[in-house]
Amino acid sequence: MTQSEKPRVALFVTCLVNAMRPNIGFATLKLLEDAGCDVDVPEAQTCCGQPAFNSGDDATTRAIAKQLIKTFGDYDYVVVPSGSCASMIRTHYRDVFKDEPHWIEQQSALSAKTWEVLSFLSDVMKYQPSDVHYDGLATYHDSCSGLRDLGVHDQPRALLNGVGGLKMTPLQDNDACCGFGGTFCVKYPDISNAIVTDKTARIAATGADTLLAGDLGCLMNMAGKLSREGREIKAYHTVEVLAGMAKGGGIGGAGE
Amino acid sequence: MIQTSDRFRDHVARALTDDNLKVALTRTTGLLQTRRKQVIDEYAEYGEARKRAQAIKEHTLNHLDHYLEMFEANATANGAVVHWAQTPQEARRIVSEICVAAGAKTATRVKSMLGEEIGIAEALSDAGVERIETDLAEHIIQLADDPPSHIVMPAMHKTHEQVADLFDDKHGVAPDSHDIPDLVGSARRELRQKFLNADVGISGANFLIAETGATVTVTNEGNSELTCTPPKVHIVTVGIEKLVPGMDHASVFLRLLSRAAIGAEITQYTTFYNGPKRQGDADGPEAYHIVLVDNHRTEMLGSDLEPMLRCIRCGACMNHCPVYAAVGGHAYGAVYPGPMGSVLTPALSSLEAAKDLPNACTLNGRCKEVCPVNIPLPDMLRNLRARQWDANLPTRVSKAALGAWSFLAKRPRLYHLVTGLGVHGIRLWAFGRSRIKRMPFAGGWVKHRDLPRPEKGSFMQQYNASLHATRNRK
Repeated sequence: MTQSEKPRVALFVTCLVNAMRPNIGFATLKLLEDAGCDVDVPEAQTCCGQPAFNSGDDATTRAIAKQLIKTFGDYDYVVVPSGSCASMIRTHYRDVFKDEPHWIEQQSALSAKTWEVLSFLSDVMKYQPSDVHYDGLATYHDSCSGLRDLGVHDQPRALLNGVGGLKMTPLQDNDACCGFGGTFCVKYPDISNAIVTDKTARIAATGADTLLAGDLGCLMNMAGKLSREGREIKAYHTVEVLAGMAKGGGIGGAGE
Repeated sequence: MIQTSDRFRDHVARALTDDNLKVALTRTTGLLQTRRKQVIDEYAEYGEARKRAQAIKEHTLNHLDHYLEMFEANATANGAVVHWAQTPQEARRIVSEICVAAGAKTATRVKSMLGEEIGIAEALSDAGVERIETDLAEHIIQLADDPPSHIVMPAMHKTHEQVADLFDDKHGVAPDSHDIPDLVGSARRELRQKFLNADVGISGANFLIAETGATVTVTNEGNSELTCTPPKVHIVTVGIEKLVPGMDHASVFLRLLSRAAIGAEITQYTTFYNGPKRQGDADGPEAYHIVLVDNHRTEMLGSDLEPMLRCIRCGACMNHCPVYAAVGGHAYGAVYPGPMGSVLTPALSSLEAAKDLPNACTLNGRCKEVCPVNIPLPDMLRNLRARQWDANLPTRVSKAALGAWSFLAKRPRLYHLVTGLGVHGIRLWAFGRSRIKRMPFAGGWVKHRDLPRPEKGSFMQQYNASLHATRNRK
């Protein structure tokens, strides 16, 4: 494949990964390049606008969406290591442009080429990892937006199937919310805690030593609770394992 | 009931420390989820039925005036007296007047959420009529003096152990044992004679059939038939959105309703009420009244809340809601709890009176996924937040926090500078530890979970540094 045939992919890191876990961004970058993409990281990126959208502030969401359309509009694809942020751009941006029809064409174009990373690697790039190893027994939590808005379910499992040494064990209620919910977890901390406590009990019951998922928000919630409960279960974003970059104590700092 | 949704946070605090509630909710919602999944998986035409149900409701709502008039004409021809009530007050007055005119002393009642919505209990007490709840769960909560906590299983908040103690205390003859069949037997013993002696029977309706004028109830205990047939007067109170055009349409919903609600292919009793006792009939009421209630429903028509009028009150959304499973139905402080209630309560009262409800949701989307008529509940809850925002209802603190964040998010350079500093700050606060257990301004997070110490430098800082290093090497 020559350089010009490679799809031009813009990596949208997301604000959480940018601040809290850059390793996920670098793992995504590596996987996209391994899969044959020409990857760029636009500097003018900030956030997808989801905190504003979920708070009902449509005007701010629209301003941020316009900025994102300008920054990312020229690439072949926009790839995001989060089902939640990808779904914000892909399925929810249209909700804030109802009153600005002249933006809808650009918005629809951006939405259509925005992908969550695991489904992009699997469905678009037909990527399968090789020469990657992870020793462990892992269980998988399906984060809600990726699962329900984008249909991300089989792709991470198929990709992880190619990782040597990795064994998977099913998680009961794998499709039930972990209680993160963005600003929900700080607006209603006690309800969020009740939900995540059920989730970590389920995770512990699998006997797995590793928790995998595709969204850092959910992972920080579950890993933070596992850590508070003194459970030594390591949590990683799926791309970290796929890229062979699941090193150290994981997202909650287990075992460090 | 008196709406107390404005005290949602107090209710939540109480609910989360109630161990019996946790047991009751976990037992029931888990079972309902498993059963529903099983029967839906076995129902090959589910997807098609769901689409058809949505289309039927949309069509009926688009021509609601036409079908309501058709229903009124056909029900009247069947011998029913049809009443129209725009408000709960009007509906209560109509019910009271019918009871007074009939000289009623007692009224049996089949569970109906519309009855709760308009305040049937109040209407009966105004008319000096003793109210006898006949649904097993409603009987329990009447004895306990609780409001319903679920729209299909109103006593979901109680464990059977609690019910046993309650029956010991309140039943004329105590249950033979605390086994569930004996508890049911005790309720049956308590209620049987009351069924036969009641002057008025009051029910709701799961469906109204325009073409035939029938009202339909779907139940499991047979209490609907025992409530609606022996007394001299039968009153149906029902919301106008329960209408479907014909019998064929009703059958689509009958297949969906019991599967979604209780994970059963069909319920024990499905009864079509077609009017009072006719000449030659062995039994049946002498008078049959249907009270059609609006209560804000026509205001929802044509608005972004219209899809809520498709709701068939199956309760699947609350059975699959993580928030409902954590706090139970009473926390919502309204007749309708859970996701559908969080949409409906602001519509039936006001945005301000139910401020927390649309916000206390993780927007996980499972409610929409299991809804048999595909109501976009998460989108509607989000839209209600937008209405709240426009009405300036969010607190000053949350507006200020969001304002500061959006100021930065709209200025990439400043955003990256501040993020970099923030990451550095959190690392300093961690004092070398990998996990943070206490931190100012992050109380909501660290109260219950640890915060990981971030890596050294944000992604953008690290990425730019590596680009810089590569360029320098070249």
